Amino acid sequence: MPDPIEARDLTKVFGGTTAVDRVSFSVRQGEIFGFLGPNGAGKTTTTRMLTGVIPSDGGTAHVLGYDMRTDPVRAKQRFGVVPETANAYTDLSAWQNLMLMGELYGLARTRAEARAADLLGALGLLERKGQKVQAYSKGMKQRLILAMALLHEPELLFLDEPTSGLDVQSTHLILDLLRDLNRAGTTIFLTTHNMEEANRLCDRVGIIRSGRIVAIDAPEKLKSAIERVHRVEVSFDREVSGDGLAALETVLLTAREGDKWQLVVEDTDAAVRALTAFARGQGAAIVTLNTPAPSLDEAFLRLTGEAEP
Amino acid sequence: MNPAHPAEQVRRAWAIAKKDIRIYYLKGPVLIFGVFMPVFLFLAFLMGSRQLPLAFLVSGLVAMTLFFTATAVSPAIFPWEGQAKTLERLAACPVTVEAIVLGDMIASVLFGIAITAVTIAIGLALGLPLLHGVALGAAVLLGAVCFSAIGMLLAVPPTNLPSNIMMFSSLIRFPLVFISGIFVPLEQLPPWGLALAVCSPLTYFADLVRYAFTGISYFPVETDLAALGIFTLGFTAVTMVLHRRTMPRRM
Ligand SMILES: Nc1ncnc2c1ncn2[C@@H]1O[C@H](COP(=O)(O)OP(=O)(O)O)[C@@H](O)[C@H]1O
Ligand SMILES: [Mg+2]
Repeated sequence: MPDPIEARDLTKVFGGTTAVDRVSFSVRQGEIFGFLGPNGAGKTTTTRMLTGVIPSDGGTAHVLGYDMRTDPVRAKQRFGVVPETANAYTDLSAWQNLMLMGELYGLARTRAEARAADLLGALGLLERKGQKVQAYSKGMKQRLILAMALLHEPELLFLDEPTSGLDVQSTHLILDLLRDLNRAGTTIFLTTHNMEEANRLCDRVGIIRSGRIVAIDAPEKLKSAIERVHRVEVSFDREVSGDGLAALETVLLTAREGDKWQLVVEDTDAAVRALTAFARGQGAAIVTLNTPAPSLDEAFLRLTGEAEP
Repeated sequence: MNPAHPAEQVRRAWAIAKKDIRIYYLKGPVLIFGVFMPVFLFLAFLMGSRQLPLAFLVSGLVAMTLFFTATAVSPAIFPWEGQAKTLERLAACPVTVEAIVLGDMIASVLFGIAITAVTIAIGLALGLPLLHGVALGAAVLLGAVCFSAIGMLLAVPPTNLPSNIMMFSSLIRFPLVFISGIFVPLEQLPPWGLALAVCSPLTYFADLVRYAFTGISYFPVETDLAALGIFTLGFTAVTMVLHRRTMPRRM
């Protein structure tokens, strides 16, 4: 069976600028794939090509086995979409919006009603289902958009920055629901510029920068692959020789912060062994020893070129 | 179920039409405009010192009512939905661009027919006999589809500013009415006037309505129906092709 999403050399040109430049990646069955990049990197444009909202200028997108250029309707029937800036119809109630979606996806009325009631309940909107969407808060609107995307029980879900600018409560509700959906088998494609969100939620992330994929991997692997040098934090129960520390094998840099030493090392394992030997030699005991992993933030900033290494 | 099957797409177009009616047509101002337009048209023409027979007047007014109501709202729907950001969600649904356009057309057909019924009712109340009810019914249905297609054609420029599109659509709609033998009977038009009039689908529609009320028409009824039918098919096909092309630029 083909992967749910297969993008090959996807390209989009606006005027003279290439917004998406030969982007290729696959999303595997059952995973949460994070599409991570700074503003203007091309996340939304890529998502729109994958969901058949705009045509690509080059390359191919296969979603659930269908070519999005030739067979978009059948693919759309089986996936759900939460676009970046989409709205529900504000002159309709939440319930009417959901019934409209039911008809647009060809659902039987009774099934649409049962699904709508379930989703509104799960998303905390049931009491206000009859109210016009006009009166909804931003978080409520976004939860409704999510319910509209899920009404037809899609096996694949696209979300373009679904929690951007939302209150904490709505964000939690949405992320929890995504996790539950994924556990029940839904494949999820999620764009975000929030590293923490990608880190917590995603099985793999693809990082896009100026229209190009710069890395695709599991968040943990990205974090460690990015750092060829590592950090070690150590403190001793008595004064030790700073020069002695700096002279240790694999240690590149030392800096003192309060009672702690910050070391930059090439090899964490060799550094820890050297440190224990060093402490014994100095007649000191190690009080704390940390090997803080680089955060995904650091990896992200490094990969997207927003920070100099 | 194959979602791409034409019958399924038509069913979904109907859902879009219902949405349009609920959101854009069943609005106080739109309904008031719709109902007052025929009334004011009648007042304006009856109180004017026109020496034209009532049957000619009514056929012209029916044509104007249907044309203006069927093209009143639909050109602005895409710009409104683009601006309100509901269009992108619609575009991500398993419906073709053609089904979306068809849905908008169905809504404007129903609105046009409903308001035109008011004009016809006023004409009948003024004592005009209806000689060919079937011809009138066929003309109104065909005309409504034709004018709705024109309305959607006016919506093709991919702007998300409703005011731009309304200005543009007025620029097209008023001249079209003026060349259509609605204000001067076709018999009295100079050759160049007639040459212009045959280019407008309104001409054939008004001629059919005149036939329905008087039994007399300038062109043979079959010619009127065929011409209107060809215009309808042509406009519908062109509007769908063009919208398929411009839709992505609205996102
Ligand atoms: N409809 C459009 N017309 C012209 N340029 C666009 C359009 N949509 C996006 N762009 C440009 O393409 C680039 C990528 O935008 P986008 O995909 O929205 O990025 P992201 O979602 O990662 O913030 C940006 O430079 C943006 O200005
Ligand atoms: Mg974006």
